[in-house]
Amino acid sequence: MKHLKPLNAKARRIEADLAAQDNAALEEDVVALQQAPRPHVPLGCSLSFSPGWEVDATGGTAGLCQPVERDIYDCYVTCFWPVQVADHVNYSPDWASNCAAATKDWRNLDIVFP
Amino acid sequence: MSAPLAHRYRAGEMHRFAAAGAEFVYLPSAGAIFAFDEATAGILARLSAGIVAHGDLVAALVEDGMTAADAEGLLRELRLVRLIEAENVVTPGPKVDAPPADYPLQALVLNVTNQCNLACTYCYEFGADKISTQTGKPKYMTPETARAAVDFLLESAKGREAVHVTFFGGETLMNFRLLKDVVGYADARAAETGRRVTYSLTTNATLLTDPIIDFLSEHAVGVTVSIDGPQDMQDARRVYKSGKGSYDVILPRLKALIARHTTRAITARVTLSAGVTDVVRIYHHLKHEIGFHEIGFAPVTTTDDGHDFGLNGDSMGAVLAGFHALADEWLEYALRGQMHGFSNVSETLSELVSGTNKSHPCGAGLGLLGVSPSGDLSPCHRFTDADEHVLGHVDSGLDQDKRADFLTSGHVGAKYECTSCWARPLCAGGCHHEAFVRYGDTGHANLHYCDWIREWTDRVLDIYGTLAVRNPDFLDRFADRKGLS
Repeated sequence: MKHLKPLNAKARRIEADLAAQDNAALEEDVVALQQAPRPHVPLGCSLSFSPGWEVDATGGTAGLCQPVERDIYDCYVTCFWPVQVADHVNYSPDWASNCAAATKDWRNLDIVFP
Repeated sequence: MSAPLAHRYRAGEMHRFAAAGAEFVYLPSAGAIFAFDEATAGILARLSAGIVAHGDLVAALVEDGMTAADAEGLLRELRLVRLIEAENVVTPGPKVDAPPADYPLQALVLNVTNQCNLACTYCYEFGADKISTQTGKPKYMTPETARAAVDFLLESAKGREAVHVTFFGGETLMNFRLLKDVVGYADARAAETGRRVTYSLTTNATLLTDPIIDFLSEHAVGVTVSIDGPQDMQDARRVYKSGKGSYDVILPRLKALIARHTTRAITARVTLSAGVTDVVRIYHHLKHEIGFHEIGFAPVTTTDDGHDFGLNGDSMGAVLAGFHALADEWLEYALRGQMHGFSNVSETLSELVSGTNKSHPCGAGLGLLGVSPSGDLSPCHRFTDADEHVLGHVDSGLDQDKRADFLTSGHVGAKYECTSCWARPLCAGGCHHEAFVRYGDTGHANLHYCDWIREWTDRVLDIYGTLAVRNPDFLDRFADRKGLS
């Protein structure tokens, strides 16, 4: 420590503690989700309860509490997820324009040919 | 996916103080004391107006002549000790957790009797604020109960090499025979497992005799005398049931005690009440005319300031002025390398030396329990014989649920008013008993003395800072002497 001088036992423990820790690890404060400006937090996947690529009790998809199509739409609307859906941020802004209600219009979600 | 992090800082929680031309900071989250330099003071000044971005702080430091690398280093150092914090970092609230059920006991306070030969008008055991219900209960502890208490202590103190027994009353010496028995029994039991027991007692000194004093000295029993000062103050409220003052009775006994008891420091404990506020005069009388080694003061416990003995705002002001005068003396002594006997400074300074950061105001219910004459366990001696506060019995052990309730509500994190107070590491809300008498809740913060605690803590921090600059060796020796280093 260059600017602070520890004067009691607790302060000396803090100094020793900091000296003992890995410097690189200390540089990276784990504050990302609470930091301003806030990072983009993906909604719709891990933070909500959409079903994944699942089947219902009969082996089909009709009985799921949410339509299976919601998943793909979630990935598109709330989160850029390039592996599974079209890149609406950069290349395919209109990819879902023919799909007003995913449960009915999901067939209009087409493959993208770059 | 993630945006680059741009830190914006605010000042962390701190109490700043200056002493002997230097600047210091006390960190309530840790109980740590640091001296800081001008560059740090500059940063704190910039943050006093609000939140400032990392880049702006660095730029300002560079403008003041620091290299960019040094500026980054300074901010990093301040961030790591939490003198500054990134904006939006949510400091987790204090956790309220009950200590583990097997927390080893360290000390028992044995109420060897609830009887007293004096009738001090302010006594919490018998006055308007009494919470004990003694009707139908034993007045004197029996040897069987006391031995069971010692067994309970040794059993519950697993892992500790030394445990402590305090004898208390009533008037402790009205059951001196039991005290002698306990010392013999406990020494023998502890020796079987290679452990030690230390002892202390509190007495009004009226019943001290030479043989008693010799016994206490031989067994290194620490003695605290409850005494209020010179004759006029002592006889104002520390009286026999007839109303006769006790000063003339105790004076020769105190002289004998101080002359003959050579193994432990003899301390005086003064209760400040209306008309008994001249702290300086009391101190000098007890220290220099009677010869006590240390003298500690505490204001009387009352439900409100309405009792004739309670301290009102004006008299509390007089008490504080006296405390400051004695603190000045304490510092003068310390700068000369001498110990002063005003223990209110020594006690607080000891806690500052270690950086104490309390979860609970004291050890009550934690490492310390009170035992009533009947063997009931209570959080401390002030709760003995109060049915509502019984935590078990020496024969059946601790009621862990009741203990957990007591400790959970008494935790500083459970006291909302304390969460923003910088003095909470030392105070933690104050005496459980006083809180119960005042507010009907052992877990209530003692709000009536918050200002007083902060003023006092600040004063002792000032002494600490002054010594750190002008006589740092004294602080080291003080720590050694108090067994803190």
